Amino acid sequence: MKVAIIKYNAGNIRSVAFALERLSVDYEITDNLESIKYADKVIFPGVGEAASTMNYLKEKKLDQVIQGLTQPVLGICLGMQLMCSYSEENNTPCLKIFDEVVKKFPQGREKVPHIGWNSLSNLSGWLDPLLENQFVYFVHGYYVPVNACATAIADYITPFSAAMKKNNFYAVQFHPEKSAAAGKNVLESFLKNS
Amino acid sequence: MLAKRIIACLDIKDGRTVKGTNFIELKDAGDPVELAQAYCQQGVDELVFLDISATNEKRKTFASLVKKIASHIDIPFTVGGGISSVDDASSLLEAGADKISINSSAIKNPELIDNISKNFGSQFLVLAIDAKKIDNQWVVHSHGGAVQTNKKIFSWAKEGQERGAGEILFTSMDHDGTKNGFANDALQKLNDLLQIPVIASGGAGLPFHFVEAFKLGKADAALAASIFHFGEIKIPELKQFLRDHHIAVRF
Repeated sequence: MKVAIIKYNAGNIRSVAFALERLSVDYEITDNLESIKYADKVIFPGVGEAASTMNYLKEKKLDQVIQGLTQPVLGICLGMQLMCSYSEENNTPCLKIFDEVVKKFPQGREKVPHIGWNSLSNLSGWLDPLLENQFVYFVHGYYVPVNACATAIADYITPFSAAMKKNNFYAVQFHPEKSAAAGKNVLESFLKNS
Repeated sequence: MLAKRIIACLDIKDGRTVKGTNFIELKDAGDPVELAQAYCQQGVDELVFLDISATNEKRKTFASLVKKIASHIDIPFTVGGGISSVDDASSLLEAGADKISINSSAIKNPELIDNISKNFGSQFLVLAIDAKKIDNQWVVHSHGGAVQTNKKIFSWAKEGQERGAGEILFTSMDHDGTKNGFANDALQKLNDLLQIPVIASGGAGLPFHFVEAFKLGKADAALAASIFHFGEIKIPELKQFLRDHHIAVRF
């Protein structure tokens, strides 16, 4: 099995690669359209800003390639948000794989961005039920509201989608590559069962 | 529920872990990667690696250590020490660091905060501030506490946030090494003032000091070094203690 990690102008791609190495999974960090199309699985990682990242994806024609993928694809953090229809972050039209609008956490008493370990609840579908109430690591200032595709929920200011699935597209708002044993479990679920 | 974070700090000199008492006397406490893995198994939430090597040559060694850490560690970690340019930040990001911390270089050149956060995002940048109370004012110090500046902590922290720092790591030089507890008054003020997370540092000696930092100081995270390294406080016991005091922690 070969996993393509989509290379773009974002942080933490190296961390995802290291996580796959720890799982002894063969991977390639690439923005080559053919390599991505023909990989067994694709990971779309991300830390960054929505508008500049979408522009980059369009320039490289990666947007259409991602939309057209039929193998299992895992979006992480910004990757998950860019799979939605639209992001309030600089009013950015996104990939429209999920029908949701990505919203900004309201600035109030709680600190934004949401940084740190938070617990998962209402797990369903592709995730191991043992992860119910387990903590995973989040870093984000925007969120995807709870919706029909949500397969796990977390709560910060408001309940939001911590994980989603639609057809061959999987997504997590947290960083499994930085979430110790719980994160490893999530990556294994994607790599083995999807 | 968002958990309060427990952070272990490893001072690194020439590739080895050391920890000073009140920043001066150094003791060798082992191999950084091994120690980091041990902390991960104990359930620490985050790690900080601070390079205190004196020369640029030795700092290159640190970058390769960062890569080794990133390949072995599956929790977030911050690296700091001697970062003074966007290029320095970029090479540490490339090596796999989740965050970097800057201190003296930001005091000297505050625009570095803007430039790093613009290039890599606020989530990548921790502004570390060392301060001590002089004439009832929290005065910021640079160069590992050696040089007094004209900055005051609250205005400097606020400026740091506005320029794009993602977190503030506040070390009270008055409390560091004393084991008498964190600077909870100053922490509380910082936390009320800022919209970004504040990490408490300096003064931890007992598990109850962490309860105080979270409840009185309202800190989002608390950091310690030698008390963890020498096993005076064990992470699992600390977390149980915090849980018993109704503080949300990761298990």
